[in-house]
Amino acid sequence: MRALHHFHGGIHPEEHKLESSGLPIARAPLPQRLTLPLQQHLGSRAKAVVQAGDRVLKGQLLARAEGEMSAAVHAPTSGLVLSVDLGAVPHPSGLPDLCATIEPDGEERWIERATLDFCALPKAELLVRLRDGGIVGLGGATFPAHLKFDLKPAQAIRTLVLNGAECEPWITSDDRLMRERAAEIVQGIEILRHLVNPAETLVGIEDNKPQAIAAMRQACANTGIEVAAIPTLYPTGGEKQLIKVLTGKEVPSGGYPLHIGVLCSNVATAYAVHRLVNCGEPVISRLVTVTGNVRTPQNFEALLGTPIEDLTKLAGGALPGSADYILGGPMMGLHTSNGRLPVVKSTNCIIVKSPQLFPPLPPALPCIRCTRCADACPADLQPQELYWFAQARNFDKIRNYHLFDCIECGACNYVCPSHIPLAQYFRFAKSEIRALEHESAAAALARERYEFRQMRIERDKQEKAEKLAQKEKAALAARQPAAAPVAPQDSSTQARIQAALERAKAQAAAVTPKNMDALTPQQQAEIAEIEARRARARELAQAQDIPHNSNNAD
Amino acid sequence: MLTALLVMSAIALALGAALGYSAIRLKVEGNPLVDKIDAILPQTQCGQCGYPGCKPYAAAIASGEADINRCPPGGEEGIRKLADLLGVEFKPFGNETAGPKPKSVAFIDENVCIGCTLCIQACPVDAIAGAAKQMHTIIASECTGCELCVAPCPVNCISMVPLPQTPQTWKWQYPVYTLAPVK
Repeated sequence: MRALHHFHGGIHPEEHKLESSGLPIARAPLPQRLTLPLQQHLGSRAKAVVQAGDRVLKGQLLARAEGEMSAAVHAPTSGLVLSVDLGAVPHPSGLPDLCATIEPDGEERWIERATLDFCALPKAELLVRLRDGGIVGLGGATFPAHLKFDLKPAQAIRTLVLNGAECEPWITSDDRLMRERAAEIVQGIEILRHLVNPAETLVGIEDNKPQAIAAMRQACANTGIEVAAIPTLYPTGGEKQLIKVLTGKEVPSGGYPLHIGVLCSNVATAYAVHRLVNCGEPVISRLVTVTGNVRTPQNFEALLGTPIEDLTKLAGGALPGSADYILGGPMMGLHTSNGRLPVVKSTNCIIVKSPQLFPPLPPALPCIRCTRCADACPADLQPQELYWFAQARNFDKIRNYHLFDCIECGACNYVCPSHIPLAQYFRFAKSEIRALEHESAAAALARERYEFRQMRIERDKQEKAEKLAQKEKAALAARQPAAAPVAPQDSSTQARIQAALERAKAQAAAVTPKNMDALTPQQQAEIAEIEARRARARELAQAQDIPHNSNNAD
Repeated sequence: MLTALLVMSAIALALGAALGYSAIRLKVEGNPLVDKIDAILPQTQCGQCGYPGCKPYAAAIASGEADINRCPPGGEEGIRKLADLLGVEFKPFGNETAGPKPKSVAFIDENVCIGCTLCIQACPVDAIAGAAKQMHTIIASECTGCELCVAPCPVNCISMVPLPQTPQTWKWQYPVYTLAPVK
């Protein structure tokens, strides 16, 4: 047995796991429409490579990763792309974003599924495959996997941690996945181990999931992967908290687990990696727990893009008295009333709310500075101080209190006797600070460009003045009689100009005006006289031109 | 008595020389206050303050000839920061200065543009790409929304488009809830 450690704080909310963990995973049928947001990951939105009217196959690329931090999006089934347009997406803003809408044709025709021999592939190539396979952290954070597992040569990983803690109440999708598909998870873990080559590999599972622990222990036998049962305490499933519990190491403030030689990934991500590498299937579906106020709470393997109300219907439908949904867990999830929202890569759970299960919070009372939030904070922060500074919009001060180490787990909300929505204040302060940083970066860029432009204008002015001065000097020199005749500077140019002039002359000579035939002798005599005058004038002009031209050549 | 005077004046001379030397040797180039003010200004270079750019306005504030409430793009937040820095009272936007507008970027209607380059010459941050008799276009990521290109356009093909709010630019709102009366 491994010696386990503790993180600071933590809470014990009611678990509500048994409602949905009893039934096996069911496959959700094809919905009528699939809506795939092009941003289902942290970072920049993927760029659509299909357009309305295209026919796509199951697993075909819909949008490719664009920019450093991005991941691809694929068609979950074969069918017709109806549109690539703004649509409702699961986002706290409620604002629309670009989505590809697919009408399934019901044939489920796959693209050619090529498995990868990951041992033979260079690691960089394997990472590119992860990006193009749309692999992101499926625990909820949706951090692109190809970035997480991209190690610099100097970085060594001692411990690879697989997160099977699933600490949020109600959610059981990882639990069912580990119970039913432990062998596949282990195959995915082997691929991740190949990528980062850790000295030890640990799977952390909360001890309220004994069957999952048993299944994983059996699958991990003789692989060198250790399965650790850890005490049930919210938020053990937080990356930093899980690492602390399993290894005793603390991720430094503002740092990443990588800095202490640890990488942490969700078990569902490992399973997705297995599907991609060993089966050739990109991320097109995920396990979703449908629970709360429904008749038969259960886990479904749902295609991405399935409307959440379709899934609640599959779970026997919402019971009377239901209102709204929570996407994710009750502690950190997204509250919405829109049942048409699609399942995305981060949707691990759909909870149908009812006033009995989730009574509305009593009105908030003033903060009495009891510091219960500080006792509960798993990041060891001082939420009562952060709250104070967030209220005052004192963003410099709030950073000094390590606001950005807050994981927004909501433990402080849970324990607050005044029912103050503390985590909401922290989210507000974080996004304000990020916006300010963005603004000041934009200002710095504008300043730089402005100053460069001023410099360029000044330089141009100076160059012009210098040129003018030089020209004047040259003109002065040319006017002096002692100046020797200057030889043509560039003989080839001169020669070419001369040739062009002659060509033009010859052409002019070849053309005879149309009214030249049938002339009277008198007219012919007149013409001859004019021609002679012209020739004389030309001779005269040439005689004057020669010195004139030599001046111009300077 | 005399010795004391001599010692004192020697010390005074030595210290004076040291101070004089360091004043020349450690001279600060430019006014550091101007840079501090310039760092607060939003760098739109829009000239709405009446000065030809953010730096000149910063210099004018530092020398005391301009008020701190002349910068609409900086918003009230900007005035507050300037007031903090300079130790003066906060001043709301006056009558002669327009209030802040939502952040916009310029947009060139490419069907109408005749390629005259007048807007390119007006842009303070080189955010317009184009050449004579060629299509011009705004590099939206570099545009500060200063509106200086709008007036010179002879065919009125430039308009200011407010930046829409997207899930990528959205911010969490300040939590609003009712406080319960304490009984």
